[in-house]
Amino acid sequence: MLGYILRRILAVIPVMLLVAVFVFLLLRLTPGDPAAIIAGDMATPAQLERIREAMGLNQPLHVQFFTWVGQLLRGDLGTSLISSTPVAGMIADRMGPTLAIALLTILMSVALAIPMGVIAAWKHRSGADYAVMTFSVLGFSVPVFVIGYVFILLFSLKLGWFPVQGYTPISEGLVAFLKNAFLPALTLTTIYVALIARMTRANMLEVLGEDYIRTARAKGAPEHRVLFRHALRNAAVPILTVIGTGFALLIGGVVVTETVFNIPGIGRLTVDAILARDYPVIQAMILLTSFLYVLVNLIIDLSYTFFDPRIRY
Amino acid sequence: MLKKLTATLLASSILAGSAWAETTVTAVMHSGLRVLDPVMTTAHITRDHAYMIYDVLIAQDSEFQPQPQMADWEISEDQKTYVFTLRDGLKFHDGEPVTAADAVASLKRWAENDAGGQVIMDRTESLEATDDKTITWVLSEPFVPMLDVLSKQSALPPFIMPARVAETPADEPITDYTGSGPFRFVEEEFQPGVSVTYEKNPDYVPRDEPADWMAGGKVVNVDKVKWVNMADIQTAVNALMSGEIDYIEQMQVDLLPLLEGDPNVVVEVREPTGMQTMTRLNFLHPPFDDPKIRQAALAAISQEPVLAAMIGNPEYYQICGAVLGCGTPLGSETDADTLTGGGGMEKAKALLEEAGYDGTPVVLMAPTDLVALATQPVVVSQMLRDAGFTVDMQPMDWQTLVTRRAGQAAPADGGWNMFITNWMVPEISNPISNPMLNGRGNDAWFGWPTDEKIEQLKAEYIAAEDLDAQKQVSDKIQAHAIENVLLVPLGQYSLPQARRSTITDMINSPVPVFWNLKKTE
Amino acid sequence: MSQAPQPSSAMQPVLRVIGLPHLGIGPKIAALVLALIVAATILAPWLAPHDPLTMDPLVRLKGPMEGHPLGTDNYGRDILSRVLIGGRLSLVIGIAAAVVSVILGLVIGMIAGFFHTADAIIMRMMDALMAIPAILLAIALVALNGPSVGSVIAAITIPEIPRVVRLVRAVVLGAREEPYVEAAIALGSSTFKILTRHLLPNTLAPLIVQGTYILASAILTEAILSFLGAGVSTETPTWGNIMAEGRQFFRIKPDLILYPGVMLSLCILSINLLGDAARDMLDPRLKKRAG
Repeated sequence: MLGYILRRILAVIPVMLLVAVFVFLLLRLTPGDPAAIIAGDMATPAQLERIREAMGLNQPLHVQFFTWVGQLLRGDLGTSLISSTPVAGMIADRMGPTLAIALLTILMSVALAIPMGVIAAWKHRSGADYAVMTFSVLGFSVPVFVIGYVFILLFSLKLGWFPVQGYTPISEGLVAFLKNAFLPALTLTTIYVALIARMTRANMLEVLGEDYIRTARAKGAPEHRVLFRHALRNAAVPILTVIGTGFALLIGGVVVTETVFNIPGIGRLTVDAILARDYPVIQAMILLTSFLYVLVNLIIDLSYTFFDPRIRY
Repeated sequence: MLKKLTATLLASSILAGSAWAETTVTAVMHSGLRVLDPVMTTAHITRDHAYMIYDVLIAQDSEFQPQPQMADWEISEDQKTYVFTLRDGLKFHDGEPVTAADAVASLKRWAENDAGGQVIMDRTESLEATDDKTITWVLSEPFVPMLDVLSKQSALPPFIMPARVAETPADEPITDYTGSGPFRFVEEEFQPGVSVTYEKNPDYVPRDEPADWMAGGKVVNVDKVKWVNMADIQTAVNALMSGEIDYIEQMQVDLLPLLEGDPNVVVEVREPTGMQTMTRLNFLHPPFDDPKIRQAALAAISQEPVLAAMIGNPEYYQICGAVLGCGTPLGSETDADTLTGGGGMEKAKALLEEAGYDGTPVVLMAPTDLVALATQPVVVSQMLRDAGFTVDMQPMDWQTLVTRRAGQAAPADGGWNMFITNWMVPEISNPISNPMLNGRGNDAWFGWPTDEKIEQLKAEYIAAEDLDAQKQVSDKIQAHAIENVLLVPLGQYSLPQARRSTITDMINSPVPVFWNLKKTE
Repeated sequence: MSQAPQPSSAMQPVLRVIGLPHLGIGPKIAALVLALIVAATILAPWLAPHDPLTMDPLVRLKGPMEGHPLGTDNYGRDILSRVLIGGRLSLVIGIAAAVVSVILGLVIGMIAGFFHTADAIIMRMMDALMAIPAILLAIALVALNGPSVGSVIAAITIPEIPRVVRLVRAVVLGAREEPYVEAAIALGSSTFKILTRHLLPNTLAPLIVQGTYILASAILTEAILSFLGAGVSTETPTWGNIMAEGRQFFRIKPDLILYPGVMLSLCILSINLLGDAARDMLDPRLKKRAG
């Protein structure tokens, strides 16, 4: 068991190293000169050359790569080329809103999607099943920004229930936080619910067909106990997996909703950095989100043992 | 513990209710602030930031005249020696007094990057602090526009920083944001591209004269100013209507109907002179290395469709063929009839025929991420195609465009033929500082025309003794700029600002400033 | 799980998907809607009342009027014509991304599944690629390479590949152990023959299902890339960039998002429903319950 956990943790290293190589090459082998961006409109070629030299952009690629990895290992994410502020600080400032909204989304999604999926599977081929399935397909089919705009139009402008934009940290009170965070989270929830509800339904259908469920039913176990104690517990593993892989989807959604709702999170930070060729920020952000993805999935893998008594290592 | 908390709460609620209530103005500016060094970039948002936290020696008033701000000046008989004397009470945000040495260091750093500053430096014999309060600037020859350049409000105005900061090399960004201006930069609350907070500088001593554009007393009547960036202007409009923000610097004209009839919102045009939108051709590569083909491009373009697609409501745009802008002292519309009169499509076709245009594609760089620059290329490329040009419109973000336009490679190797940008009219209203009227080949602005005639005309302009003589030269400059197609003016526009009606007494200057204004509850 | 599928019988489910009569009412409607949308976009040059690029900025942002049944956009271009023509490029980008990612994923996945030596390296690379959030990777690819149709397709394709690789590899690993494959290996069939003759057919059914989902998500991703400022030029309309451009007029003219949005959503909805139907038919576990 311990050996397994250790092996899984060690497996993260080559993956992250490859991510680092991808990210580095992606940025360095494409056109775009950060020195020109820094120097501004009136720069002469000589000025540009001096800036490039100072930034180390004239060194051979592999030297730049190892310099960068060396810095990373010392915990130094570098300094933004555009605003000259430390990247770590920029990310720390903007991590809060993104994490808070992502967590709220996951909470809301799980709370909605699992009952939906269970009911759909339980009443297979009923009206409820079709309703859940249609909703979940719809969630995949409408662009997230369209959903966001419709919610703003409806809940903020027509009904006046929520502010149209912005973000208030939880430290300023839960109610104030929820007022701002609810709509963006709800927007993302529509997609995430779709994903989890589908997965829950599919796995519940499979588990409900297993012999031990029939046995439980034949023994006269009450239906809710059959569903939630026996079936859902066994369907949990794939559902957890989808929550993990959906994390990447969530990051994508966050990027869009942060733009729609004007939330100062890491999604917008990354998009802005990409558009401005702010290499250190892009590199740090892609590495960080990838690391989070790997971490979330590692934790989920390890938690299988808890949810699925059949899995033992 | 609980008692203490209650007491604090009580105290703060009493404070909040009293006359000491903190007033914060929340503004959505035209872009997010990222670069904090006003000498390193011509980005307007950085200049606006610099006007908040720094002060300037002399400043322009609403008549475009230089006025004393931090300093008075005296000019010697021979017009070669300028002596600036700092006024009393000037202090940096760290409490240190502002000295002439600080000013000299700042001016020197500024002059390395500013085109106008370089021209002055070329004629400078010495620039030094003769005592704590006196700056003596000796020129090798008289330079009439000296004070105009030093007081200019756009591109790079010479802001005064502490000498220790101004000693940073001009191509390295500063990291110490100590100024002496009417506001202080709150570094802990700065989030690049998201928000920036300024607080009133309690030690600032304003001049006694009333505020007049960038000149006069900078009296601050609010405690804090917060700039927040909103990528989507509709979000900003919604936030303004609900009172979450106080001010939008640049409204999208198409969205104005949303604000109409809202008694709490005022829409107005701030900049009396507006912006010029214009296109620049690359003189180094075919097809625009041929003057006839450049003229064909100019003839194909009509301003009205460009402006209509960009702005919509004609109240906010002005058809204007003047290279130096309309409504300026020197602006002239000589020879721009096709631009302002619906285009000369037949002329364009004839010119292309005559030049033997072989269908070489015109690489038109089109920025997609800036609303103020997104529409013009689409309309212009359609008009060029109608005239017979092959147009390769390449969409890209603004940063890529800025990178690419600096390269002199052939269009097929990652170069370019054409791009469009916007200027504030004061930036282009003077032949010396107008970047497009630089004919010095590789040292010229992107597009790199080698044009001796324009340089001669500018020398004539510098030598001109009064406004009438300057006007005559400017008219020649206009005619020549159009003939050689140094640029194609696409017209002028003004983006209105919108504010909550609780914000009053805003200064109507081209640069948005936050002194003088008041906020009532 | 189910009994070993013979190479010939592996094609059967595929044929069954194509045989529409087996579909329920939902998928039938979906097929009809999709057929209509595809037909409309194919016939767009004849159906559209205007050239989608012809502009008249003096007649902009107008509602339905004579000559412009759905009104005009912010350049005074005909919305109906743009939505019809825009569907073409959206679908082309979607189909190209789906086909390319399935083919590349198939090749890489078969190599990983069959050759143990390559497996570890390939799968670590796929893990790494999968760890990078797809949207961020795609915006970076488009923003850095310039927003051409090709780079948009590449940007959508690359993040999809690891998922296909994993799927194919899993199928190949499973099928390798089947007696008929082991027999073929023992008989000394060439590796190429084993891969194409015996292993490839097994992957087809799940790949068709996966391909439909990729198609749907690719069309959606194109729209999101356009929204974030990393889409193709407005001179080549797509549903995505029509919406992206219309976004700034959402409060005064929601039609610009509404019409392409409805077309796009209906299209993706239909594709997803058909994908679900295909999966239900092909999935032996579900069949067991249903039958």
